[in-house]
Amino acid sequence: MNKIFMFEALRSAIDEEMSKDETVLVIGEDVGHYGGSYKVTKDLHLKYGDLRILDTPIAENSFTGMAIGAAMTGLRPIVEGMNMGFLLLAFNQIANNAGMLPYTSGGNYQIPIVIRGPGGVGRQLGAEHSQRLETYFQAVPGLKIVACSTPYNAKGLLKSAIRDNNPVLFFEHVLLYNMKQEIPDYEYTLPLDKAEIVKEGKDITIITYSRMRYHVLKAVDRLIEKNVDPEVIDLISLKPIDMDTIIKSIQKTHKACIVEECMRTGGIASEIIARVNELIFDYLDSPIIRLSSQDIPTPYNGLLEQNTIVNSEQIINAIIKQLNI
Amino acid sequence: MFQKSTITSNAIITNEEAKIFYEDMLLGRMFEDTCAKMYYQGKMFGFVHLYTGQEAVSTGIIKNLKPYDYVCSNYRDHVHALSKGIPPREVMAELFGKETGCSKGRGGSMHIFSSKYNFLGGFAFIAEGIPIALGAAFRNIYYKQILHNIDDLPISICFIGDGATNNGQFFECLNMASLWKLPIIFVVENNQWAIGMANQRASSVQEIYKKADAFNIPGLEVDGMNILEVIKVSREAIYRARNGQGPTLIEALTYRFRGHSLADPDELRSIEEKNFWIARDPIINFVNYIKNHNLLSDDEIKKIEKKVKLRIEEAVKFAIDSPEPKLQDLAKYLFY
Repeated sequence: MNKIFMFEALRSAIDEEMSKDETVLVIGEDVGHYGGSYKVTKDLHLKYGDLRILDTPIAENSFTGMAIGAAMTGLRPIVEGMNMGFLLLAFNQIANNAGMLPYTSGGNYQIPIVIRGPGGVGRQLGAEHSQRLETYFQAVPGLKIVACSTPYNAKGLLKSAIRDNNPVLFFEHVLLYNMKQEIPDYEYTLPLDKAEIVKEGKDITIITYSRMRYHVLKAVDRLIEKNVDPEVIDLISLKPIDMDTIIKSIQKTHKACIVEECMRTGGIASEIIARVNELIFDYLDSPIIRLSSQDIPTPYNGLLEQNTIVNSEQIINAIIKQLNI
Repeated sequence: MFQKSTITSNAIITNEEAKIFYEDMLLGRMFEDTCAKMYYQGKMFGFVHLYTGQEAVSTGIIKNLKPYDYVCSNYRDHVHALSKGIPPREVMAELFGKETGCSKGRGGSMHIFSSKYNFLGGFAFIAEGIPIALGAAFRNIYYKQILHNIDDLPISICFIGDGATNNGQFFECLNMASLWKLPIIFVVENNQWAIGMANQRASSVQEIYKKADAFNIPGLEVDGMNILEVIKVSREAIYRARNGQGPTLIEALTYRFRGHSLADPDELRSIEEKNFWIARDPIINFVNYIKNHNLLSDDEIKKIEKKVKLRIEEAVKFAIDSPEPKLQDLAKYLFY
C-alpha cells in the first residue's frame, strides 16, 4: 500500500494504461511541458513523448473534435479540459459528435474517448472557473458521466474509463487533488456504473457525489452523536445513475436526502427524485430533500461564495428536520 | 464531330481512368436526379441536399485516393459517399430509412457513414466535421510514428463549403493541421451560396484559398467544373500529404444546379447566373473532351451510361424492397 495524492492516483492510472496500450494518448492544453494545470500529467511527456502527450493550441471545440475523429479511427484519446468549464466551448463536438455518432452512424463508429478535468467550486476562483457542467451534459444521450471523489476511486475509475468503448466525461474536483490516501500496489479497476456505499445505515439515505461527500461525512459524524444512523451513498456514476443501489437503500430507510454541488435547477438530485418517484414512491415516508448550490454565478467574495454551496451545518439541520428530531 | 469543350488537357489520364471518372460522375449525377424523384414521390424525407453540378470535384479528388484514405464530408454527402465506394444501394436504402442503409436507417441524408469505406460522415452542423477529418489525419501520423504498423501514410480529405470557411473550427483546424504537418487536404467546394447567403455578403476576403496563407498552408484555386484541373491539383496535394509535407487547401469554384436542399425554392439566384454555370456542365464537357481525344468510343460511352442506369435502378429496387428497422432495436448502437 502506498499513500499518494489524488493527482498522483490519476497520473498513475493514465501511466499504467498508456504503458499497456499504445493507442492511449493525452490531448489538452499544457498537459505536456507544463505538466498539467493540476499536475495530473506531470513528466508523462518525458516518458511518452510530445505526440502521445499532446500540447494543443487554445481551441477546445476543434481539439476535442480532433480527439473524437482519432477515437473513431482507432485511437483511445484522453482529452483534458484544463478546467472542465472550458468544455462549454466544446459542447458542439461533445453533444453532437461524441454523444451521437455511434448511434447516428448505425454502429459504424465507436468513440472510446475520455474527457476529464477539474470542475467544481474552488477557493475564490471566480464564476467561470467554478462551474459544474455535469448537469448540462446529463441530458445528452450516448454519454457516460463519472465523478471521482477519493484517490482510490479516482485511479480505479479512470482506468475503467480509458478501457471503456464509449465517451466518458470524467469529473474531478479542484479542491480534491491534494487529498492523500493509501491505495493498493496491485492493479485494480472500478466499475463505471456502480455507486459506492460509503457508510451503511438504517435511518436515512444520504446521496451525494464528489467534494460534497466530505461535507456529508462531517455532518454524519455529528448526526451519529445524536443517535442518527445514516446510510451514505456516493453516486460515482452520474449517468447512468445506479438506481439499484439507491432503491435497495431507500427500501431500508424510507427517507432520503440528496447533497450536491451542482445548481438546484435541473440538478442531478432532480433526476434522482423523479426516478425514485417513478420506481419506489410507496417506500418513502417523506419527500426527498435536496441540498444544492444556489442558482447564482459563483461570486468572487469568499463569504458570498461559501453561501452559494452547501455546508455541513445545513446538512445536519436538514436531516434533523426531516427526521423530526 | 468536334464539340466545344470548356476544358483543356491539364492532366494526363488513361482510357481506363477516363472510364472510371466518367462512370463515377455519371453515377453521382443520376443518383441525385433519382433522389429528387424519390423525394417528391414521398420515399425520402427531411432535409436532402443534392450535389448536382459539382460532380467533377467529388470524382476528381476521391478517385485518386486509396481505399485506406479517409473522406469526411458535410450534409451534401451522397456523391462523396458514392465516389468513396459505398454501394449506391446502401446509400439509397439509408435515404429511405431502411435497416440495410449504410447507417442502418438511423442517420438519413445528412449522416452517411461507412467504416468499411473509411467514410467519416455526414454532418448536419456547418464545420463540425472538420475536426473529425483532422482527427483521422492525426491518427494516421500516430499510427506511422508510434504504432509503426503502416507502410503508406493514409491521408484525410475534408469537404466543406464556402460558408464553412468563416467558421472558427475552420481556422482552428487549419492551424493545427499546419502546426503538426498533418496529412490532410481541405477541399472547399465554393458554389458561392450558403443557402441564401452569397459568399460576397459573408466573406471579407472573397478568395477562399488565400485564407490558407495565414497558416502557411499552400492554397490553390481550381476550376471545379473542369475535372482534369481538379485531378491535377488533387494528385499534387495527395502526394504532398502522403510524403509528410503537410496540408493543402484546394478551393474548387463550382456551382450547384439545384437549390440548397429539396425544400429550397431557390429564388435568390438569378436565371442568368444559373444558365452561365449550367453551360459549363462538367459531365457534358468531359464527354466532349473524351470524344475529342478519342479516349473512349461512342459505344463504350453508351455502355457506361447503361451500366450506371442499371446500378441506380437496382439501388432503388433494393431500397424499396428492404425492411424497416425493428422497433425493439430502437436503443441499439447507443452504447458498446
